[in-house]
Amino acid sequence: MVESKQQWKAWLYLAPAIVLLMVFTVWPIVNTVRMSLLEGYSGLKAAGGATFQFGFGNFEKVIQYRRFVQCLRNTVLLCVWTVPISTFLALLIAVALNSIKPLQKALQTIFFLPYVTNSIAIGMVFAAMFNIVGSFYGTQNEIIVTAGIINNVIEFFGGKPVNWINYGSSYMANMTVMIVYIVWNALPFKILILLGGLQSINKQYYEAAKVDSAPRSRVFWRITVPLLSPMLAYVIITGFIGGFKEYTSIVGIFGEKMGPPDDAGRLNTMVGFIYDSLSANNQGRASAAALILFGIILVVTLINLQVSKKRVHY
Amino acid sequence: MKIVLQNLTKIFPSRNKKSGEEVVAVNNFNFEIPDGKLIGLLGPSGCGKSTTLYMISGLQKPSSGRIFFGDDDVTELSTENRGIGLVFQNYALYPHMTVKQNILFPLQNLKGKDKLTKEQMLDRAQEAARLVQIDQLLDRKPSELSGGQQQRVAIARALVKMPKVLLLDEPLSNLDARLRLQTREEIRRIQKETGITTVFVTHDQEEAMSISDMIVVMKLGVVQQIGKPQEVYDDPANLFVAKFLGTPPINVFRGSVRAGQLYLGEEAVLKVSGAPDGDVDVGIRPEGFLLDPQGPLSCSPLNVEVMGRDVSVVSTHPASENPMVRSIINADSGADISSGTVRYSIKPHKLFLFDRESGKRIPFEVKQHG
Repeated sequence: MVESKQQWKAWLYLAPAIVLLMVFTVWPIVNTVRMSLLEGYSGLKAAGGATFQFGFGNFEKVIQYRRFVQCLRNTVLLCVWTVPISTFLALLIAVALNSIKPLQKALQTIFFLPYVTNSIAIGMVFAAMFNIVGSFYGTQNEIIVTAGIINNVIEFFGGKPVNWINYGSSYMANMTVMIVYIVWNALPFKILILLGGLQSINKQYYEAAKVDSAPRSRVFWRITVPLLSPMLAYVIITGFIGGFKEYTSIVGIFGEKMGPPDDAGRLNTMVGFIYDSLSANNQGRASAAALILFGIILVVTLINLQVSKKRVHY
Repeated sequence: MKIVLQNLTKIFPSRNKKSGEEVVAVNNFNFEIPDGKLIGLLGPSGCGKSTTLYMISGLQKPSSGRIFFGDDDVTELSTENRGIGLVFQNYALYPHMTVKQNILFPLQNLKGKDKLTKEQMLDRAQEAARLVQIDQLLDRKPSELSGGQQQRVAIARALVKMPKVLLLDEPLSNLDARLRLQTREEIRRIQKETGITTVFVTHDQEEAMSISDMIVVMKLGVVQQIGKPQEVYDDPANLFVAKFLGTPPINVFRGSVRAGQLYLGEEAVLKVSGAPDGDVDVGIRPEGFLLDPQGPLSCSPLNVEVMGRDVSVVSTHPASENPMVRSIINADSGADISSGTVRYSIKPHKLFLFDRESGKRIPFEVKQHG
């Protein structure tokens, strides 16, 4: 009697959350699966009374798309480069921050600032930094002026300015900019998590290591890293998931064209592909691409978890 | 390796900057720890015994004074280079390593001429594990071990590199009563087998007395007395040491010396010479009472606790500083102590006189039984 009443109450309290989750999470997932299985599904056409054939045609088309393969390659490349680099850098910075006492809070804040800054805004700043717009080629005195600070620095050290993102830039240069930008953008969150993890490690392990005469590098690899491994696993797994959803960072630097002016879409990603399909009013294709992306993230995460089972010490 | 502590002092700056009060954790500690002995640092919490241990280990730097290992001044030497083994109070075993990896860890850090091959390391680890009898547990993680087993692993890890000095910080405090008894025997056995100069810290006087070659009693950073356990027990330097050592604790009475007679309250219990007239504190060990119908000390018994071999008589006396007077009497005496008054005579060598003000021991000689 009491129990059933309690249950009724519990459902009542849960109702608002359940309703919201149903409308904004569960139904969209179900609907995505439905749309992906209707060949060439378009909301507009459906409203006009068109019917669509049931089948895997959307998936076949997506995979055959040359653009899709390019998007997939860009996404995977960005993940493979940025996640290890940013994790390692974040680890070094966190360890350094943890070992200094004065100014720790101030430095922590500085390193955390990018996290609270809009990524489009950061992208625009990066675009300006890597820019060569404003350069003068072949004026009377043959002066070459580069406007971007990165090229200024390169020139200062006697290097040749690189066409990072402008007309005629190379794919390599574009990707380098993207990797630098994404790594920088990913650092604050990772530093925060790892610093928290470091501060929760019992200091006595380090005293014990001193007694055991362990050199610093050995303390780092044999004690700090293993004891931090749960946080590292978390940071790497969420890093990969975030990496596969990369989109805004490209927009931030290259704009909606997703590439340098002469090769629009060169740096497009999976999520970019999904948006493109949506704006082309092809929800069927977009849904199929979204499910493929979901599948990839699922597989990568499962691999991550499998690896971490052996390497992570909880 | 003998350890010499010379004027060793540790001052902690005040936490509260405004008041600026410093805490003197260890005050002018002088002691030469003989080679190959087991030394117990003993005292109530906050007496500076752990700080002393950590200064010997190098994890804490003394504010002043010097530390020598043998003839070498190690005061400025970092922990890494002191070649000590330290067992932490909560063991600090690396949780992600197996027992074997934990024990191997110090060996893998050896450099230069001390460097060992993999086989040598494994042999040494096996040997250390056998010494503390955990060779069955080498592939377990610390979390899969009991407290006592973890403690042995910690000792094995400290011993495996054959340190010149072994330091133990409250090594038994995390163990249950039975394990504690067993482990302290074990520590004694291991120390004897290895002959490593060992210093251990404890607040448990029984623990310190039972296994140490020498004990150092400390209070508020100041050394009270250093000596062999039995000597310190039989010949305490002051009231604090007398009270701190012994279970059940010593009975303290308000007494006075008048014209060669020691009075407890109004009862003249002993004829003494050499002690000046005046008020004194009188300490009498529980085993210092003898049932004696003609005895000078009369107490009102409250109850009798039978302990098998002995009986413990709990009684009251008007001059006692504690609410109870506890005496331990041979059960064979067969006396009926259920009610009324019980009379005792005192074994003079179990009775100590202390200065009321300073607590210092007042020497005296017994003339005859009062």
